[in-house]
Amino acid sequence: MSTIIYVPNDSAAISIGADQVAALIAQEAVKRSLDIEIIRNGTRGALWLETLVEVVTPQGRIAYGPVQPEDVSSLFDADFVHGGAHRLALGLTDQIAWFAGQDRVTYKRVGLIDPLSLKDYESHGGLVGLRKAITQSGSDIVAEVTASGLRGRGGAGFPAGIKWKTVLDAPADQKYVCCNADEGDSGTFADRILIEADPFTLIEGMAIAAVAVGATQGFVYLRSEYPTAIRRLRDAISIAQSAGLLGSSVLGSKHAFNLEVRVGAGSYVCGEETAMLESLEGKRGVIRSKPPLPAIAGLFGKPTIINNVLTLASVPAVIADGAAAYAARGTGRSLGTQVFQLAGNIARGGIIETAFGITLETLVNTFGGGTLSGKPLRAIQIGGPLGAYFNSSQLGVSMDYESLAAAGGMLGHGGVVLFDDSVDLAQQAKFAMEFCALESCGKCTPCRLGSTRGAETIEKIISGVDVPANKLLLLDLCEVMTDGSLCAMGGLTPLPVKSAMNNFPEDFTGGAKK
Amino acid sequence: MTYPSWSIEEATRVLSALKNVQGPVLIALQAVQERFGYVHEDAVALIAETFNVSRADVHGVLTYYHDLRTSPAPARCIQICVAEACQAVGSRELVAAVEKKLGKKIDETHTDVEIKSAYCFGNCALSPAAMVNGELVGRATVEKVTA
Repeated sequence: MSTIIYVPNDSAAISIGADQVAALIAQEAVKRSLDIEIIRNGTRGALWLETLVEVVTPQGRIAYGPVQPEDVSSLFDADFVHGGAHRLALGLTDQIAWFAGQDRVTYKRVGLIDPLSLKDYESHGGLVGLRKAITQSGSDIVAEVTASGLRGRGGAGFPAGIKWKTVLDAPADQKYVCCNADEGDSGTFADRILIEADPFTLIEGMAIAAVAVGATQGFVYLRSEYPTAIRRLRDAISIAQSAGLLGSSVLGSKHAFNLEVRVGAGSYVCGEETAMLESLEGKRGVIRSKPPLPAIAGLFGKPTIINNVLTLASVPAVIADGAAAYAARGTGRSLGTQVFQLAGNIARGGIIETAFGITLETLVNTFGGGTLSGKPLRAIQIGGPLGAYFNSSQLGVSMDYESLAAAGGMLGHGGVVLFDDSVDLAQQAKFAMEFCALESCGKCTPCRLGSTRGAETIEKIISGVDVPANKLLLLDLCEVMTDGSLCAMGGLTPLPVKSAMNNFPEDFTGGAKK
Repeated sequence: MTYPSWSIEEATRVLSALKNVQGPVLIALQAVQERFGYVHEDAVALIAETFNVSRADVHGVLTYYHDLRTSPAPARCIQICVAEACQAVGSRELVAAVEKKLGKKIDETHTDVEIKSAYCFGNCALSPAAMVNGELVGRATVEKVTA
């Protein structure tokens, strides 16, 4: 029997040589007449160990990493095909502390399976939720999702069950389920990895949502910056169609559900749900005023569920294992697990899924291992470009919706970006304003014009021009943007700016610093 | 990547496949760009006529999205992520070094090679990230992106 060797086909792994590693392993095995089978799995999320090569042995999967193309021949010399000792050997993958300390629910199959094998998917617990859902009433499914406490993982944190209930109760001849996969926040990649590593979970979650509310058409709005994810999800949808998971009769039930991928065109604000709807309708991605809520009048004016990838991908586990099992995790009103992403200047970056309530300290130091540069950690931005900058004295904060809000920040999509002591927070604040100026859809004046004026004002502070007066002006402008913008783009851009000013006042003193 | 030169007949063929798409304007522009590498000015009227929308609507969509371009793509396109997670590991310095080596400024239009700012490829644990002719590059260096 051939020995199975896993080499990830995740785009991040490929970006540092996974394809070459896979090709060299195949070549070397032929040269040495070894009987191996290479399976291209998704990444297991430890991007700092990529390319992570795993060998299946009677004891379990044994890991080697990070493997560079030039290491392949020495791995064979060390008989890694049978789990031999090598300087890159990491032991059993499941026992590596970085993995063992996690609680993978939404990500339970990620990296374990061939992403496009429906057989692997089912043998790892896939389709249990959907099979259960097609025997239940819509209101029972919605009640289960509500009871699980699952909240929107895109950033807003709105309870998913309540949104679904609104769509369920809205009478209409056509309803839609839209998945927001426009993961534009810097420092986030959990949507991309899930789609590349376990696309059927997203498809199953969307099908459950559709069955629950009576929607027959779904769209995944996926950003153009993720070409591998686009290809893989389209392949998975076509496999799901052939297998009867999608189409006129979902798994032989009376429910019809069709699913289509729509590709974004490089606009950050299209990650805002109403701008996404406009873009799905083929228009400029300009946000809509609410009300009406998309749950009442969404895509093409019809009742529409809009959820983030991680929200929808958590649904199969909620239905399969029951709401109570999901809600048993977490803290306060932040129930279940969060897929955190460790990024930026970090020694051990990647995906950490744990129950809510882990401290930032544990994430950054125990899992992350501190900065990549080895220099002192100075700033941590949580929640993407619209999230707050924290300083290194604030590591005790609990990572949940309420605690982060109380600390003056937000969870956002769960991205955690580290900066060492070379960072200049005045420059980061200016960038936040410049990014808003670049990406503003233009609908609200405080966002469209305020962002440009904000960048100019921060530049004046940096240059030492009327520093106290310009700081006051900047705070006033931030207040106008917060209160006067319709969506989070203009409304939350002041968050990184003000948190930088509050938590790093020494960077806003004009020419006097450094 | 090489593309055929603009032809209204070929564009008409490309658009005919989209007749039944709901909300077709953005998809039509993306399809034209995928075929020809850019959106020729004559495509605006053609799309407007094909889908019975105003030329202003098509122009509005064309000018809104960063991905859509109105001039042919250069033979070589280097996109460098300049967002926060990449800034944290030196993307500002990387941009400066690439500009110096190629003698070209970022976000200016050139026919042979173009350096463009990008905002996140979702490779933030292996930053800085870049995309060179559609291939994602992790732990990007001047050597890797200009190779």
